Amino acid sequence: MAEPVHASPAHDEHHHDQSFWRKYIFSTDHKVIGVQYSVTGLAFLFFGFVLMMVMRWNLAYPGEPIPFIGSLLGENRAPGGIMLPDFYNELGAMHGTIMVFLGVVPLAVGGFGNFVMPLQLGAPDMAFPRINMISYWCLFMGGVTMFASFFLPNGAAGNGWTSYSPLADIALNGQTAWLIGMIFLITSSLLGAVNFITTAIQLRAPGMTWMRLPFFCWAQIVTAFLLLLAFPPLEAAGVLQLMDRVANTSFFIPEGLVVGGEVLERSGGGSPLLWQHLFWFLAHPEVYVLILPAMGIVAEVIANNSRKPLWGYRSMVYSLIFLGFMSFIVWAHHMFITGMGSVMSTFFQTTTMIISIPSVIILSALFISLWGGSIRYNTAMLFALGFLPMFGIGGLTGLPLGLSAADIPLHDTYYVIGHFHYVVAPGTLFALFAGVYYWFPKVTGRKMNEFLGKLHFWPSLVFMNGVFFPMMIQGLNGVSRRLADGGITYDFAGEVAGLNRMMSVSAWCLALAQIPFIINFFMSIRNGEKAGRNPWNSTTVEWLAPSPAPHGNFDQEIVVTRGPYEYSVPGSDKDYVPQAEPAST
Amino acid sequence: MEIPYTVEAHPETGLNNGKIGIWLFLTSEVMLFGALFATFIMLRIGSDGNWAAMQAEAELNIPLATLNTAVLIASSLTMVMAWASLMRGQLGRFKLFGWLTVACGGIFLVIKYFEYTAKFEHHHYPESSTFLAIYFAMTGLHALHVIGGMAWNAYFTGPGSKLFHTNRQWLTDRVEHSGLFWHFVDLVWIFLFPVFYLL
Repeated sequence: MAEPVHASPAHDEHHHDQSFWRKYIFSTDHKVIGVQYSVTGLAFLFFGFVLMMVMRWNLAYPGEPIPFIGSLLGENRAPGGIMLPDFYNELGAMHGTIMVFLGVVPLAVGGFGNFVMPLQLGAPDMAFPRINMISYWCLFMGGVTMFASFFLPNGAAGNGWTSYSPLADIALNGQTAWLIGMIFLITSSLLGAVNFITTAIQLRAPGMTWMRLPFFCWAQIVTAFLLLLAFPPLEAAGVLQLMDRVANTSFFIPEGLVVGGEVLERSGGGSPLLWQHLFWFLAHPEVYVLILPAMGIVAEVIANNSRKPLWGYRSMVYSLIFLGFMSFIVWAHHMFITGMGSVMSTFFQTTTMIISIPSVIILSALFISLWGGSIRYNTAMLFALGFLPMFGIGGLTGLPLGLSAADIPLHDTYYVIGHFHYVVAPGTLFALFAGVYYWFPKVTGRKMNEFLGKLHFWPSLVFMNGVFFPMMIQGLNGVSRRLADGGITYDFAGEVAGLNRMMSVSAWCLALAQIPFIINFFMSIRNGEKAGRNPWNSTTVEWLAPSPAPHGNFDQEIVVTRGPYEYSVPGSDKDYVPQAEPAST
Repeated sequence: MEIPYTVEAHPETGLNNGKIGIWLFLTSEVMLFGALFATFIMLRIGSDGNWAAMQAEAELNIPLATLNTAVLIASSLTMVMAWASLMRGQLGRFKLFGWLTVACGGIFLVIKYFEYTAKFEHHHYPESSTFLAIYFAMTGLHALHVIGGMAWNAYFTGPGSKLFHTNRQWLTDRVEHSGLFWHFVDLVWIFLFPVFYLL
């Protein structure tokens, strides 16, 4: 037991043939689980995108029958192919829920975190492989519950992804299924978070000190802490809302609530604001759960493809930790117009301004890292470079929303939608695509096609902006979110209502721009250019393992001797020095 | 393939994986119950002074709850004794104290059952008032934790104790970790009891 099993060679003698089910379905190998998470995440991202494309039809052409699929939706959703507002609400709520909890988080944390982090740490697997498996299957159950809720008699949840009470307490749609699904997803994230942190603390290879950790690992660790500490309050809130729905309690229902002209028969005495506090206590850290792994991926890709060390690695790490801490005390900036009082607003707008500082430090450090580098413009790098200005726009447009005076007119307009989609869609999603192109050789042993990759990137960049930039213009003109007809009935929307068609066409073109990616993804698994262990001449430890890596990961002992980004070291015979190569050679 | 530091302690942290894992899990549990206690505070503040009336109307049974508190504290004691017996290599005593711990959990649940049914007989349901709603939510969630802890302890005392003959240290560690969870469940009740029954 005492032998340092850490970096010992893969135990081939223990390698017995496992059944198909143990090897690919109920696997405990972090790499298989990572791929399961990634595929699930990509599938749900596509599904969430489809929901949005259907919504965009009604925004661009309100009251007109949906082409192709309109007749398939059924009389209670779209009679005669014309979308009912209730169905629009379902699509909106489920688009948000699916994209956040079933798309980005499984891909960024479950997928990349699971696959890459143990490899970068030089670990043979996660600390708790079976809990890792259970974590994935909890996510899967949550996904099935959410997906199945569309087929309930009254449809899926349609109260926004925020599920504000008291509407969500009394709505007749699939809110109960939403809550049950969320409890599965929360359980999955909690188990994953415990596993990630324990792995990072215990299973780093000898010599892998904290300040030698690749930035991606730091991002995953901070993210795991956010998941660990922020999700339980939402679980509590979910249980309370579930009781409001099934046990007729009044946690979030005030006294004398009038529904449909009649006073609701409940004891009352609850507080709708309480739901908002509990929800946003999770959901603001959740924003950082979406963005931090993306920053981690971008940092890896930029350091590798600019052939330079990251500029300001330490300040980036400290910023990351500070960001994680601050993200717990900014949540009420989502609630400036709820009447919670100016003292609260002042506090939360101050913390919100403070939290922008570490984000700016990280983004600036990434920009400066490019300075003077001999940049390789491969597809992964293009997506990483695309991330920088897109995330910049997303972040800067958030500042007015963080100040209560400016937030009052902007709240619940399309400006907000534009802001956070710039952060999450061309921001996080571009980073995730960069990660897919960057680590694909490690997963499959083959590179993805560069031409198809560029055919994926450039149209995506154009159409992403085509979708989201007009939202800012509409929002500044006062067009509200959550209007099934895109606001055409309002006079002030007249001038900018036409932008809806531009955005919708951009969204459908964006879908077309994903076709090269899908072709590339499946084609490269079998026919891509073969990649060796280290196709990108990278320094970090995951590239010392064979591609694809076997069970147990490494076939050599990993002893880390230097920092993560030793590119272009003066006096070295090649332009990169791997983290785990003896210093003498 | 073996995962390092499953049993032996990491030379730098001085802990094995399970110990770190259970403490991380307990921090998330603190956040879970913390959110519920925050809910309790918000509901109480927002009750316009009706809280005491709601509490009086609910007629919670203080003697039974006191007895339950004693039962749970006793179970924490037997839990430690079970672990200490394992440390000394006494399998028989471990099983005795292990089953006693599970039994105490069972007694707690039976008493809780009588408390709940007494409430229902007087038509005191979660929907009756926000006091009863948060009372049932928090004690119910706590009871689920008691059931979880009992299942965990029962497994290690019963079928899981076979590990004693092959890897005694591992079994001792696992019992220690389940004990940490059990003490946490106990501690939550130590907060619930005064908050609902005495304040």
